Amino acid sequence: MKRYSAFAVAREALRNNTGWERAWASPEPRKKYDVIIVGAGGHGLATAYYLGKNFGITNVAVLEKGWLGGGNTGRNTTIIRSNYLQDASAAIYEKARSLYEGLSQDLNYNIMFSPRGVMMLAQTQGEVRGFERTAHANMLQGVKTEFIGPERVKQLVPIININGPRYPVLGAIWQARAGTARHDAVAWGYARACSDMGMHIIQKCEVTGIEQSGGKVTGVNTTRGSIGCDKLGVVVAGHSGHVADMAGFRLPIESVSLQALVSEPIKPCMDVVVMANTVHGYMSQSDKGEMVIGGGTDGYNNYTQRGAFHHIEETVRALVETFPMVARLKMLRQWGGIVDVTGDRSPILSKTPVENMFVNCGWGTGGFKAIPGSGWGFAELMAKGHSPLTEAFGLNRFYEGRFIDESVAAGVAH
Amino acid sequence: MLILTCPCCGVTGEETEFHGGGEAHLKRFGPGSTDEAFHDYLFSKVNPKGVHLERWRHNNGCGKWFHAARDTVTLEIYGTYPAQTTEPPQSVKDAITAKRPGWSWREFA
Repeated sequence: MKRYSAFAVAREALRNNTGWERAWASPEPRKKYDVIIVGAGGHGLATAYYLGKNFGITNVAVLEKGWLGGGNTGRNTTIIRSNYLQDASAAIYEKARSLYEGLSQDLNYNIMFSPRGVMMLAQTQGEVRGFERTAHANMLQGVKTEFIGPERVKQLVPIININGPRYPVLGAIWQARAGTARHDAVAWGYARACSDMGMHIIQKCEVTGIEQSGGKVTGVNTTRGSIGCDKLGVVVAGHSGHVADMAGFRLPIESVSLQALVSEPIKPCMDVVVMANTVHGYMSQSDKGEMVIGGGTDGYNNYTQRGAFHHIEETVRALVETFPMVARLKMLRQWGGIVDVTGDRSPILSKTPVENMFVNCGWGTGGFKAIPGSGWGFAELMAKGHSPLTEAFGLNRFYEGRFIDESVAAGVAH
Repeated sequence: MLILTCPCCGVTGEETEFHGGGEAHLKRFGPGSTDEAFHDYLFSKVNPKGVHLERWRHNNGCGKWFHAARDTVTLEIYGTYPAQTTEPPQSVKDAITAKRPGWSWREFA
């Protein structure tokens, strides 16, 4: 792999850009791999990358039914933060956030991480107390957040209306080192690094069955033939239930559509991410100038990747209330992704009833921010059988009633 | 936008008039059951890519609960039927079979 650098840009400028090579290879699948990862989204590719980097396992295939990063990795609102209440959540999300800080250098691929700060507004007394509690918990966890008053909110976000008619802004929890990154670049960067380690990324290869023998996984059936493996990692977000069904067990997961929209591009007007959970809206401005807006989930199971129309109205209504200037904006595009929501709204990184088969799912509405941490922990779980990062996220917690009591992946605003 | 017909009051309305209540025809397990059965009842979801039998409430209407057979991929409503049943009526099953031959949902088909 040729490294990307300022020197490479200069060199290619002199030879009419003829020297760039493909970022990753598209090989034919082998008969067997040590590890197969199903799903070439951010979490799947990150898992493969850390299997190679941290554990030297490079005989790995990442299978993808569509195209690389075309699922929720390319459909989210790119927010990265780690201001969670519970220790288990804070640990894995903070690991992810800290890895994001150095990821461009690590992958030699510009993922455009922008630590611009994330603010979650407190608009009721209950939220004020909740966020103060979270800020205190974060202090103990070593996650740098602070609770700020309405004047500071207005100073950081001049376009906000802090004296709203229904819910005036009473304060906010502010994580200055949180921010956004280019979602596609995260998938592409990991893919390029995986391919460089000799891993196979096989697109347009849908898994249609799981081969087992004596309660152990032995391979997968795909639209490009049968492929053997020693270990199988299923990282397919909204389709996790569907793949688990092939292996003969059920997951505590329901799939729903979550939507997002962007406005026409405008001049820079807001350089932080703002979430208003009480009125259900959140917004940030992309580098292109579009206002990126997160919508709500549908109220029923579905696999449609579009989202119910009336949720757009609810989201936009909330934003107009919080940022009056939004009323003058035209919306450009709207889309949806299928999110996998678990019984306690926290992710699952776990062994399964089938030996040597692992699942990484349930990230629901908030998976993008966790990609590097999730890949790091899940790779350790697959390689060693246990990981301190994923310990609390096992499937057994649903049997034991040991839930992670916070809405990591609640309906909106994550 | 889903269009549902409430079998209780007969009104046909858009989804904003109704509220989804999740998977239908659950067999309930409580105190005295095994951990396994209680877990499956509470958390193990069918979550199918296709036919889904589910509960709905006409909350901005007559307020009554009912059942619906819906497709999670096409969002087509195959039919609605009263809450006081343990499986869908034959007419609803036929409507599903016409569009999805060979479908199954738990023990029904």
